[in-house]
Amino acid sequence: MNFVSYYRCFQGIGIREGLRFVHQRGRFFSALVRPLVWLFIFAAGFRSVLGVSMIAPYETYVLYEEYITPGLVGMILLFNGMQSSLSMVYDREMGSMRVLLVSPLPRWYLLSCKLMAGVSVAVIQVYVFLLISFFWDVEPPLIGYLAVLPALFVSGLMLGAMGLLLSSLVKQLENFAGVMNFIIFPMFFASSALYPLWRVRDSSLLLYYFCEFNPFTHAVELIRFALYGQFNSTAAIVVLSVLIVFLCGSIYGYDPSRGFMARRPGGGGG
Amino acid sequence: MGESKANSQIALNVDKVSYRYPTILALNDVSFSIEAGTFTVLLGANGAGKTTLYSLATRLFNTQTGNIHIFGLHLKKNSSQALKKIGVVFQRQTLDVDLTVKQNLRYHAALHGLKRKDAIERVNLRMEKHELIDLADRKVNQLSGGQRRRIEIARALIHEPRLLLLDEPTVGLDIQSRQDFITHTRNLCKEDGVSVMWSTHLIDEVYPDDSLIVLRKGEVADFGMVAEVLKRTATNSVAEAFHKLNNAESNSE
Repeated sequence: MNFVSYYRCFQGIGIREGLRFVHQRGRFFSALVRPLVWLFIFAAGFRSVLGVSMIAPYETYVLYEEYITPGLVGMILLFNGMQSSLSMVYDREMGSMRVLLVSPLPRWYLLSCKLMAGVSVAVIQVYVFLLISFFWDVEPPLIGYLAVLPALFVSGLMLGAMGLLLSSLVKQLENFAGVMNFIIFPMFFASSALYPLWRVRDSSLLLYYFCEFNPFTHAVELIRFALYGQFNSTAAIVVLSVLIVFLCGSIYGYDPSRGFMARRPGGGGG
Repeated sequence: MGESKANSQIALNVDKVSYRYPTILALNDVSFSIEAGTFTVLLGANGAGKTTLYSLATRLFNTQTGNIHIFGLHLKKNSSQALKKIGVVFQRQTLDVDLTVKQNLRYHAALHGLKRKDAIERVNLRMEKHELIDLADRKVNQLSGGQRRRIEIARALIHEPRLLLLDEPTVGLDIQSRQDFITHTRNLCKEDGVSVMWSTHLIDEVYPDDSLIVLRKGEVADFGMVAEVLKRTATNSVAEAFHKLNNAESNSE
């Protein structure tokens, strides 16, 4: 297997993900409507309740809309990561995961390609969202739009890898609702996406620590700083480390000798 | 078979393979080999372990005990080279239904790392051979079960494998499509010289000059050319032989 084979495989997986995305326009709009509803309605309502004082990376007092935009970007990545892992459980039940896994290329590579393709789709959604929010007076510096790109990929990969790991653990599609309630919502709400953590600390110290340990908080902070042309090294280290752990975990989960498939008669579908 | 043709190539060699799920033993000391260029039917009732055997032969998961070789390549140690030689049609339909026929086939070509130009050529060639040209730009969800199966076999052959594994490929097809699909596959294999392992629980899918493996509750009940199996079981038809083999084993339990 040479370099061309690897490249072609990556390209093929990317094209498939892109085509599926184009064919499922509803998915695109719903992925976009969700954060927009938060921005247009939730943020407007809470603007007066939650004043946000000067905290890094902001140099001045910011409106609530501006504060939650990076959090909503994180939300897009989070839901997309979950959606693609949901599609992986579905793929597995429908068997197209099998088609992927009989490719002669190494399994870790196949899974990484799939992850990368899913994140690329999410990043497109993020930019469309940022464009719309620009007209809603959320105007980070121009350099921020460029600086945020690597932060989006790293955070997206981390959340995607988490989804991949979950998909290797969840045995059936039905269990996924539980994952939504027990993982996605707590992850989103117990983070710095909607309110600065000092406010959380004022109300509950325990919850504050929980938020601090939530990798999603760090993903959001990485994005928030990058969007204002700054680099948050703590967040970057946490996100990268968690990415590596989740990725290794999911590769282990899909390993032919140890993973989920070896435990189940029929090997997960068909 | 096998010992009389020691010099011929063995497409698939399964040697003392056992496989246990947490609650059941799915395969117990299974050994057989498939010679290159032959059409082998793996006959077994539902739950006999056919799909587990396919999952192991396609390295969806690894063998726990025993070894599998594809054209002499050890599946675990040399998986990349071995997987290149296999084409698979899974029991369940595995196409992307909202993509077109051509897109499905090109995706598969890319998964096997074929260069763009080769991929286009081979996809076109396959579509021609499998009479799919007219359907090339149709979405899979507009096509019938029989047509979908034809796409899947075309897809399995894109990277020009030498061994084709089909796991109960006729499940869910109507009588006419089933017959068409059987004829189509058999002709192709004859033309291209591809070795085939075809699993089924339907006795009429076994032809007189096939090689036959009878699997029962995870064990090989008999294995050889159809004529040999009939002789050994002193029966006149595959149906009788299958019945006898199954009953013999249950009596011995």
